[in-house]
Amino acid sequence: MGLAKRIIPCLDVRDGRVVKGVQFVDIRDAGDPVEVAKRYDEQGADEITFLDITASSDNRDTIVDVVSKVAGQVFIPLTVGGGIRTVDDIRLMLNAGADKVGINTAAVSRPEFVREAAEKFGSQCIVVSIDAKCTSAEGEQKKWEIFTHGGRKGTGLDAIEWAIRMVDYGAGEILLTSMDRDGTRDGFDLELTRAICDAVDVPVIASGGVGNLDHLADGIIEGKADAVLAASIFHFGDHTVGEAKAHMASRGIEVRRMAAKPSA
Amino acid sequence: MTTLAVIDYGMGNLHSVSKAIEHVADAGVVIKVTSDPAQILAADKVVFPGVGAIRDCMSELHRLELDDVIRECTKTKPFLGVCLGMHALLDRSEENEGIDCLGIIEGTVRRFAKGLTDDAGEKLKIPHMGWNEVFQMMPHPLWKDIEDGSRFYFVHSYYVEMAKPDFIAGSTNYGGAFTSALARENVFALQCHPEKSQHAGLQLLKNFIGWDGSL
Repeated sequence: MGLAKRIIPCLDVRDGRVVKGVQFVDIRDAGDPVEVAKRYDEQGADEITFLDITASSDNRDTIVDVVSKVAGQVFIPLTVGGGIRTVDDIRLMLNAGADKVGINTAAVSRPEFVREAAEKFGSQCIVVSIDAKCTSAEGEQKKWEIFTHGGRKGTGLDAIEWAIRMVDYGAGEILLTSMDRDGTRDGFDLELTRAICDAVDVPVIASGGVGNLDHLADGIIEGKADAVLAASIFHFGDHTVGEAKAHMASRGIEVRRMAAKPSA
Repeated sequence: MTTLAVIDYGMGNLHSVSKAIEHVADAGVVIKVTSDPAQILAADKVVFPGVGAIRDCMSELHRLELDDVIRECTKTKPFLGVCLGMHALLDRSEENEGIDCLGIIEGTVRRFAKGLTDDAGEKLKIPHMGWNEVFQMMPHPLWKDIEDGSRFYFVHSYYVEMAKPDFIAGSTNYGGAFTSALARENVFALQCHPEKSQHAGLQLLKNFIGWDGSL
């Protein structure tokens, strides 16, 4: 026995509401983020991640408000990603009650930002989000490239090399999303997950493509991920976090069983 | 009325700690997040949190003239150190090429070795991040209503190696056993984060609020 593998529900938040779309189209409303976060906490989520996809920077205050409200009621680690570009953005989120921030596009535009952030706040709160897409042809050696802007913009950066570099710069954790699988419900890109997990010594969260509970277990067992992140399967009532944990445990994965509530 | 001081020295997320304490404290508890030595010395109980690097931690404590304040509090009142607030109580840390700490508890803070593996031979990641079991090595008022082996949330690359086993209150396995909680008289300190450990963590904070410092 030892460290448990983590299940992390992800809440995409736009203008103060949880939303979920398939590859950034067909957006559906999935509720009030504070209520959704509380529900997942009660179901046994090990952490919660908020991804702010608010289009206009005018509405950035709403995510701060959401995080602050959740942090007063939910006592598990909270991560916030989306639009984190400066040291001040990070400070704002940590002060609101986030424990970690996810850095994505800003790391690609200026890698030194990751180093500065880790030096300032410690690696433990710097998660580098990597959106990767397979660019090798059938039959060729597998190769993945970093994409930004929701998978629309290629960068020419090799995903494995990039992950190693980001850890070297101080990333304490990698959130790895397969842009080929995101929203498809076909399961994680296990080859990609395995390749990144083998390449770095920090924890890796697998993301993108979960459609059933076996996918979560596959991410841990075959992908070697330390944690698995999913949105749709939890948001629309397909499964609870508790069911996901029971299933993972049935496949031999060590998960956290919730402790009794504090005595009155 | 009970006053509880959360020591604010600019290291990490004090709001998480104070929010969690507020959540379990009744109306008779006044929580002060403060760097003022007078307020800390006057409080009935003290919480010493912290995340980040030990060099910055020690230099901030020194700059704010809190080192002697902490030494004094650990002699007299219920005192809870968390994460970096645990490390700072030891003699010395290997972090940042070696830093002298407060020397209140005998022992050294060491880095997890590279190449650690679990029982199945899988590579263990550093930082040690996530929910791991805390095994209770001694009976203690702060373990009240917490099941032995309950999982708490950890995030750290350095761990405490105690000079003597007498004060080891909790033990956790990560490529070998390490001290995840220590206790001596009115002092208790944890490597994990009770403020982020859901029910078990809240229970521990509640126990601390109700603790008079005796064993």
